[in-house]
Amino acid sequence: MSPRRQEILRIAMPWLAMALFLVVWELACVVFQIEEIILPRPTKVFVVFVQRIDILLAFCWDTLWTTVLGFLMAIAGGMLLGVLIGASPLIYSGLYPLLIAFNAVPKVAIVPILMIWVGVGALPAVITAFVISFFPIVVNVATGLATIEPEMIDVLNSLGASRLEILRKVGIPRAMPYLFASLKVAITLAFIGSVISETVGGNRGIGFLMLSAGARNDAPTTFAGLFAIAIMGVAMYAVCALVETRMTRWAFRGQLVS
Amino acid sequence: MTFVELRSVSLTYRLGKETTLALADGTMAIGKGEFVAVVGPSGCGKSTIMKLVTGLLPATTGEVVVAGRKVTRPIKGVGMAFQNPTLMPWRRTIDNVLLPMEIVEPHKRRFRRHRAEYVAKAMALLETVGLADFADKYPWQLSGGMQQRSNLCRALIHEPELLMLDEPFGALDAFTREELWGVMQALWIEKRFTGVLVTHDLREAVYLADTVYVMSRRPGRIVMAKAIDLPRPRTLASTFEPAFVDIVHELRDRIHEEHAI
Repeated sequence: MSPRRQEILRIAMPWLAMALFLVVWELACVVFQIEEIILPRPTKVFVVFVQRIDILLAFCWDTLWTTVLGFLMAIAGGMLLGVLIGASPLIYSGLYPLLIAFNAVPKVAIVPILMIWVGVGALPAVITAFVISFFPIVVNVATGLATIEPEMIDVLNSLGASRLEILRKVGIPRAMPYLFASLKVAITLAFIGSVISETVGGNRGIGFLMLSAGARNDAPTTFAGLFAIAIMGVAMYAVCALVETRMTRWAFRGQLVS
Repeated sequence: MTFVELRSVSLTYRLGKETTLALADGTMAIGKGEFVAVVGPSGCGKSTIMKLVTGLLPATTGEVVVAGRKVTRPIKGVGMAFQNPTLMPWRRTIDNVLLPMEIVEPHKRRFRRHRAEYVAKAMALLETVGLADFADKYPWQLSGGMQQRSNLCRALIHEPELLMLDEPFGALDAFTREELWGVMQALWIEKRFTGVLVTHDLREAVYLADTVYVMSRRPGRIVMAKAIDLPRPRTLASTFEPAFVDIVHELRDRIHEEHAI
């Protein structure tokens, strides 16, 4: 195979795999005569997707902005706390156990509490997305800062650099690849957070749509919602991955950028 | 005139309950503009001397005096180069070399407004080590020898009075290492900073230094100070002349004694 064809195949592979998956699904539904209420055929889901595109888009938008808002808050808060924890061993020892404990709490459990505090709607979704995607960002930024080579710090110290200067010149740039790597994980988690919140206590959004369609035994619509979330998730992941390679080219030694 | 003085300095590392005496009774006097080398068996506390002189570690007993002042905390504006080049991969070579200018006064204050002037200065320095064409490359695009050259440039750009070198050529292949001795010597002859080189390569020590200090096994003591009266500039050819070889042998024999104990 020529290199060019190999390259084309490499790009086509994920699409081929997805097409194969859908074909197998479709065939399985037909061959085993699976009822639509249990597992609708992909073609049926697609038809419903097109028919109900208006409401899907509207609810997608709700899910998307709550997720992204919570995610952006998590980036801001996560970087701040990550820098504090990574730069100061004292703050690290004080806050880290607390963070671990906090992260161990299932986030579904906090949605009802949030509803008591702020009511139903977009706000609990934003907060859940924030809370769930916060942790990986903090840990990664702190790790990036804590693993600076000691010789590097010696060099800067002997030049007379202050702690703030060391943080600015070495700490923050060094933590960037760690931050961007965590964003890919965090955005996916943020979607989980907002959809959980919409499912438990929402009146809008894809999570709410799926729950109410499920209650009506409207399986095709539920699956259409599932597809919508998957598409948004992949798209946002791709955005994060793109930002990562653009912002921290040096961490990849220029290899991934072509 | 003495620039760096160690007066019966000792250093004890403490890790939990365990204490290790890394350096016992270190006494030496380094003149201004002198280049000294510290050699000794591995683990004898050579690098400890580096950290003591620069104030990165406080002495347990005794005192360190640099430029007439007692060292109690990290002294500012020292040039340092380690075996690991510690260049910042997110900065181009030129920006790596300019780093001290962003930190050391009075350059720090002037850096933004006079950037062009500093860039020209850094370029001139890169030129002398043969890296002018690589100024815009990132460190990871350079070979190990080139990275170490940039590292030396970074250590020297702010014209420090004191340059501390901790096995800077240790990780390089023999050819590159010998080439960089020449580069180092040329820089020293031009700028006449006070240099302290920690190394385990005796030829390197004799090639570069005015005085070679030999340390004992741990806990390190200075057991010999050998003045090297060979003419400068020394060349690779001169390292094979009898006078040079004799000194290397003398140093080697002294270090072997330490291993024999």
